[in-house]
Amino acid sequence: MSLVFAGVCSHAPGITGRDERAPTDLRDGLYAAFGDMQQRLHAARPDALIVVAAEHFANFFMDNMPAYAMGMAETYCGPIEDLDWLRISRRVVRGAPDLSRRLVTEILETVDIAYAEEWRFDHGIMVPLHFLDPDNALRIIPANINCQGPPLTPLSRAWAFGEALRRAADAVPERIALVCTGGISHWPATPDSGRINEVWDREFLARWTRNDRAGLLGYTDAETYAEAGQGGFEIRTFIAAAAAARGTGTVHYYQPIPIFAVGCTVATMEIV
Amino acid sequence: MSLYQLSKLLYQLNRDDSLQARFKVDPAGATEGYDLTAEERRAVLDSDIGLLYVLGVNGQILMHFAALCGVEWSDYLQRMRDGVKRHGPVRAGIYTMTTSPDEKVVE
Repeated sequence: MSLVFAGVCSHAPGITGRDERAPTDLRDGLYAAFGDMQQRLHAARPDALIVVAAEHFANFFMDNMPAYAMGMAETYCGPIEDLDWLRISRRVVRGAPDLSRRLVTEILETVDIAYAEEWRFDHGIMVPLHFLDPDNALRIIPANINCQGPPLTPLSRAWAFGEALRRAADAVPERIALVCTGGISHWPATPDSGRINEVWDREFLARWTRNDRAGLLGYTDAETYAEAGQGGFEIRTFIAAAAAARGTGTVHYYQPIPIFAVGCTVATMEIV
Repeated sequence: MSLYQLSKLLYQLNRDDSLQARFKVDPAGATEGYDLTAEERRAVLDSDIGLLYVLGVNGQILMHFAALCGVEWSDYLQRMRDGVKRHGPVRAGIYTMTTSPDEKVVE
């Protein structure tokens, strides 16, 4: 059928794992925005949800690191993290292996994506699913862009990956939803955790909502590292979403929440 | 310097239940098979979060090892600051500190 939903959101583990330590109004506003996104997502009646994440060494390591990967399993399990630390219950998630295989086959026409028939979800996928699919009702297809272990894929290739995702979604009869998840500026898991460059974030989101391809691809990794931290490398997932959706975006929520270690973001993009 | 081996050990500890169980009863034995320097091995066996941070372990691996060791979040952040104070700046990797060891971004 085609792509029927496109959005982006944050996935920081503090959003669930340290929820009581955030200012109540900010936390409740973020949770409400996630709830609104959940309704929009389910209203699109997707047959499967592709979650493009930037995982954190749950499956992929520097012994064999793919720039791009997609799951092709019957089921997935997550979270991999300590349950008390993340405060999300472990669940078995239904995949869509046949659909995955057709998507991967089409994507391979332009992007050399790896596939994986085993995949354990970390907070990068579980935090979004906790809010967007609380009843564990959807079929999920995980995808990953290596944003952790340099050398990293160029931003232009993240755009090409988004284009390939769109082409693949349009080529199958199923209704496909896409959620791409990452942080904008942040310095996660370092002593600087909580540092957020709001000006940088808002400029990035302005480019994203305009679907300004040149602007989005105009960052260098050196600039991003200096201005937005190592967490800023995850803009690759947002860039892929823009390339896939092709429309303009709407930011439903953006607030820096230091104890969550990121400018918390919930946004959707028109599909054209 | 065998940061790759050190990182791999912690990566596998984070995700492998059987290795975690072994680490709890026989920590030294669990680190066998990884080509570590004496300093790296000591940092793991002492759960020295600050030294592991300075040695360059990626924070996305280190924070889970800290959770495995029962280190609470604010304590985890403080141990990294203390590590930099004691051992000097982060020696490798992309998770260097941009603030001073006495500065707290969040409590």
